[in-house]
Amino acid sequence: MNLKLLISIAKSLLVARFRQTMIAAIGVTFSITMFITLLSFMAGLNDMLDGLIVNRTPHIRLFNEIKPNEVQPVLISEQYKGHYNFIHSIKSESSRQDIYNSAAVMTALKEDERVFGISPKINAQVFYNDGIVDITGVLNGIDAQAEKKLFHFGDYVTSGSALDIKNISNSIILGKALAEKLHANIGDMIQVITIKGDRFPLKLVGLYESGLRDFDKTQGFASINTTQKILGKANNYITDIQVKLNDISKAPSIAKEYTAKFGTEAEDIQTANSQFETGSFIRTLISYAVGITLLIVAGFGIYNILNMMIYEKMDTIAILKATGFAGRDVKTIFLLIALSIGIAGGFLGLLLGFGLSSVIDQVPFKTAALPTIKTYPVQYNPKFYLIGAVFSIITTYMAGLFPARKASKIDPVIIIRGK
Amino acid sequence: MNTTILEARHINKYFHDPVTVKVLNDINFVIKKEEFISVIGKSGCGKSTLLYILSTMDTDFEGELLIDNETMGNKKEKELAQVRNKKIGFIFQFHYLLNEFTVLRNVMLPGLKLGSHSEKEVEERAMQKLTMLDIQHLAKKNAKQLSGGEKQRVAIARALINDPDIIMGDEPTGNLDKKNREIVFDIFKRLAYEYHQTLLIVTHDQELTGISSRTIEMEDGRIIRQ
Repeated sequence: MNLKLLISIAKSLLVARFRQTMIAAIGVTFSITMFITLLSFMAGLNDMLDGLIVNRTPHIRLFNEIKPNEVQPVLISEQYKGHYNFIHSIKSESSRQDIYNSAAVMTALKEDERVFGISPKINAQVFYNDGIVDITGVLNGIDAQAEKKLFHFGDYVTSGSALDIKNISNSIILGKALAEKLHANIGDMIQVITIKGDRFPLKLVGLYESGLRDFDKTQGFASINTTQKILGKANNYITDIQVKLNDISKAPSIAKEYTAKFGTEAEDIQTANSQFETGSFIRTLISYAVGITLLIVAGFGIYNILNMMIYEKMDTIAILKATGFAGRDVKTIFLLIALSIGIAGGFLGLLLGFGLSSVIDQVPFKTAALPTIKTYPVQYNPKFYLIGAVFSIITTYMAGLFPARKASKIDPVIIIRGK
Repeated sequence: MNTTILEARHINKYFHDPVTVKVLNDINFVIKKEEFISVIGKSGCGKSTLLYILSTMDTDFEGELLIDNETMGNKKEKELAQVRNKKIGFIFQFHYLLNEFTVLRNVMLPGLKLGSHSEKEVEERAMQKLTMLDIQHLAKKNAKQLSGGEKQRVAIARALINDPDIIMGDEPTGNLDKKNREIVFDIFKRLAYEYHQTLLIVTHDQELTGISSRTIEMEDGRIIRQ
């Protein structure tokens, strides 16, 4: 009964100063709109940038690292067991680069139900020959079909077709920047020289654009068979096995398991690309900081308007108190005013924020670096809307609290005698 | 007939700003039910100050105040508000009504706050009070649209809404023209002698002392005659 009465009084005070309260509400609306839009846009951008990496990076990569053997002969020797052994100048062993028993490993991986798919790969250092200049580069021997399915390889081949390296024998796809350096067009023959000095002519069938130009300056892609042939290796020679999992978050634990099981190095995506997580985190942090700053500014607006309202309504407050309303009732009335400004403004802000982010989502955004992106990226995440709603209520409550407390402490005697 | 409604015992009051001044000096008196008391005195003699102490709005004083035989000294702010709501009706000199509300709503507010009747009953009672003061035709008007005299009559209706033990007025006619003053005097007379309402009115107006049942005269913070 009491609350109902207080609500009706709050409503009347609000309506009496409708324009002022509208302005306060618009402040909240604006800040919530910007908060939602900013976060949606920033999250969309994060997704896109992460996608640059995550889409074409295996969740787990199996390979043999060149490093010293962890078990040195002296540790095996019976004679020195129980001693501390200090060994200086340990050298890496001349172990093989390819994965031992790769066919069996791949069969085992394919049977693992946590694995979405695998793609074998050969990494080889080569020189691309342009007249008298040799350009250092990397030749990736890939299974074009698996690459396309798992790592969107096809999206990044901007001229020609990704599958051509499989279908046309002795063919290659070059990074666009590298092809420009070599003055090579599709259909031209490219000279590839291995570290051992063997020279192979390959036909250029496509251009690859990753979005990272420096990366493109060194990359070439050929089929696994072609690469094995160039390197003079048998057809079980595989240096990397790339694994895509159903659940990316399990990558670190599964990687550990594979290290033990297959006796190779297994690197998970989180370890390999930790800097991207940091980047995303900081971008998100900045957008939250800006969004919350906007809300706090709106809070000050509400604080000001309520303060002014209290000065204007001194008489009203005094009469209410003289006729039996307690300080707490007066405080509740002003808090209700603040909260209704916050709730109405915040709700409208959520709607407008959704509207504005869907408008941004429609704006064309084309860049050579990102062939798959057509419009500005926007992420629609209910979490942002929830945070926006909660924060609009909290800030308006806080903004209303101090004026409301002040109003509750007004001494009616001073006002009534004052005139 | 001789029930005590309000009792002041040894009330002293000081103003501290800018220097400490004693504004009320050992005030003692008793108000019995159905009395119509006028408090007169020169400006600055402390009669308004006394009224605000008696109305429980000013709690910064020495001495004891009893309303309806209950001491007010150790009550909390919220309890004092309840006392004002239920037992005291207040009429001011300038501050009449809340402009955001209609006349009817203004009269109803203290009744709704008390909450002992449903909203519908409070509305009926408010209409009764307005009819009693012959201003029922103003009920639906906005408080802003009323003249000063009309506003003061509505304020009296508001003071009556909870059937208070006592009605207190601070120069209720001080801001009114002759005609309206007479109307308000008439109302006070009717309230006191027809409806047996206890009244305590602080005033400059010598005419009011003529119609009241008892007059308390103050000078320099003391009661010199009662």
